Amino acid sequence: MEIIMSILAGVLFTTGVYNLLQKQLLRIIIGTALISHGAHLFILTMGELKRGAPPILDYSIDQYTDPLPQALILTSIVISFGVTSLLLVLAYRASKENGTDNMDKLRGNEND
Amino acid sequence: MISNLAVLPIVIPLLAGVLAIFFHKKLPVVRIFTQVVIAINLVMTVFILWYVNQNGTVVLEAGDWAAPFGIVLVADMLSVSLVLTTNIVAFACALYAPKSLSEKQEEFYFYTFFLLLITGVSGAFTTGDLFNLFVFFEVLLMASYGLIVLGGERVQLRESIKYVLINLFSSMLFVTTVAFLYSVVGTVNMAQISQRVAESEQTGILTGIGILLFFVFGTKAALFPLYYWLPKPYIVPNPVVSALFGALLTKVGIYSILRVFSLIFFHEQMVFDFFIWIAGFTLIFGAIGALSTNNIKMVIAYNIIPAIGFMLMGIAVFNGNGFSGSIYYLIQDMIIKSALFLLVGAIAYLAGTSDLRKIRGLIHHYPLLGWLFFISAFVLAGIPPFSGFIGKLLLIEGAFEEGEIAIAIIGLGASLLILYSVMRIFIRGFWGEKDESIVPDRKKARAFAVPVIFLLFFNVLLGVGAEWFYPSIESIGNYLLDPEIYIQSVLKE
Repeated sequence: MEIIMSILAGVLFTTGVYNLLQKQLLRIIIGTALISHGAHLFILTMGELKRGAPPILDYSIDQYTDPLPQALILTSIVISFGVTSLLLVLAYRASKENGTDNMDKLRGNEND
Repeated sequence: MISNLAVLPIVIPLLAGVLAIFFHKKLPVVRIFTQVVIAINLVMTVFILWYVNQNGTVVLEAGDWAAPFGIVLVADMLSVSLVLTTNIVAFACALYAPKSLSEKQEEFYFYTFFLLLITGVSGAFTTGDLFNLFVFFEVLLMASYGLIVLGGERVQLRESIKYVLINLFSSMLFVTTVAFLYSVVGTVNMAQISQRVAESEQTGILTGIGILLFFVFGTKAALFPLYYWLPKPYIVPNPVVSALFGALLTKVGIYSILRVFSLIFFHEQMVFDFFIWIAGFTLIFGAIGALSTNNIKMVIAYNIIPAIGFMLMGIAVFNGNGFSGSIYYLIQDMIIKSALFLLVGAIAYLAGTSDLRKIRGLIHHYPLLGWLFFISAFVLAGIPPFSGFIGKLLLIEGAFEEGEIAIAIIGLGASLLILYSVMRIFIRGFWGEKDESIVPDRKKARAFAVPVIFLLFFNVLLGVGAEWFYPSIESIGNYLLDPEIYIQSVLKE
């Protein structure tokens, strides 16, 4: 199961990086979203995927799920949610002000 | 009870930042409020520094969760002295902000973002938990996203997109690396990671994770070859924002490298040989970059890069002098970079342009600013008796002790280029014929000079009074060489 999840995370990273390298601003944002999904899935996988055990370390039981990756993932999801929404607004404003959403044309030089 | 001291420099600006939202339109109130809060925070941090110096590291276990399980905040001499420097810079910027920002920009929550940035930076310096470090990175980055677009000009929006993207990508890489590390060592507490890495004698996979972390922090710290994103986003916002960014953001990155590689991944010599190369290239390319442009703000922005190279050089040689030099240089560079950004901001404002070719003879109108810039240039290049000299002396001594002659020579050569790049601004901008078209605004110039004098005072103090500060800095350097002390104070075994 961990192997399949790792491959899935890898696929998400690949598609994310592919989108990140595009010229259109919206595609780039979708790329970042995909990468963050990949990272989150990855954290979950790294904490081992187990079912049906309590998330508590108690010395009387020998089966427990690790609660830490879930805490980490939750924090990370909230942060990437915030950053993505900010990025969407920023991209909207930037493309309106600059009159283009093509990264090639958003290069700029020293004179302005 | 006394362990709560560790969290105060984080909580005070956080609460103040939230409070500042409620009266963001009442500018006289919010200005005074911010300045008073930062002053209180500054005094508080001085007290914490005194306390830590007397009684040793203060460790706060958040929510009373015992050390490896909960989040710990570790206030040791290194982190507290950096938090203190942060607050010195913040105080100068709080004085400068009302003079330089438009009222509209101030109303749009400048002071809230400003205080949250201080929260994030102090938190990143203080935390003893790798995932928490990521969270504080995000806090300070979110505040910086707010600051960089403040004003909403065309060029600002254009550059901020790139700034957000590069930081977002490196943050995601950071999370992934933490996940890797967690799966290998089973903890995110830095003291315990250090213990477990030492037990396994840093196997190959751990070195790989270490290098990945280095890439993450290297992107934030703007090391070669990852610095390409830095100069432009740093010059587009208001000078006070540039000063905060230049002084604090990249320094958090280099601090993280210092902490992680002195505490956790120090078992593999190959990594440090690699650092020497990176430090050398960072020095060369940063200094050349500073010479390549006629935009005075860009010159200062490029000068951030070789400074980071110097600090990495101290980490790479991995001895007491190297670490002490890095820390000395880090502290003084935070102060001088903000002073320089504030100064060129003032020059660009008063001359009406930041193009060096169009500025001349400013010293006839503004002698005070001219001489302040002259002193700053000397501090930056490391001319005795100013603070830059002491830092560089220690770094080069450290490099010679390890027989790394080449990097020491590159460092000295880069210093000369740095001196030339800033003296060029002085010679071309301040000397020359009087520009009659400028109507001097002496009152404004004096208002701009006050925060800069405040900052330069510390630079001169750190240089002239090196004898008073050197023993503490040297003890921090030696403290970093022995990670056992850190582990003991956090895990209490």
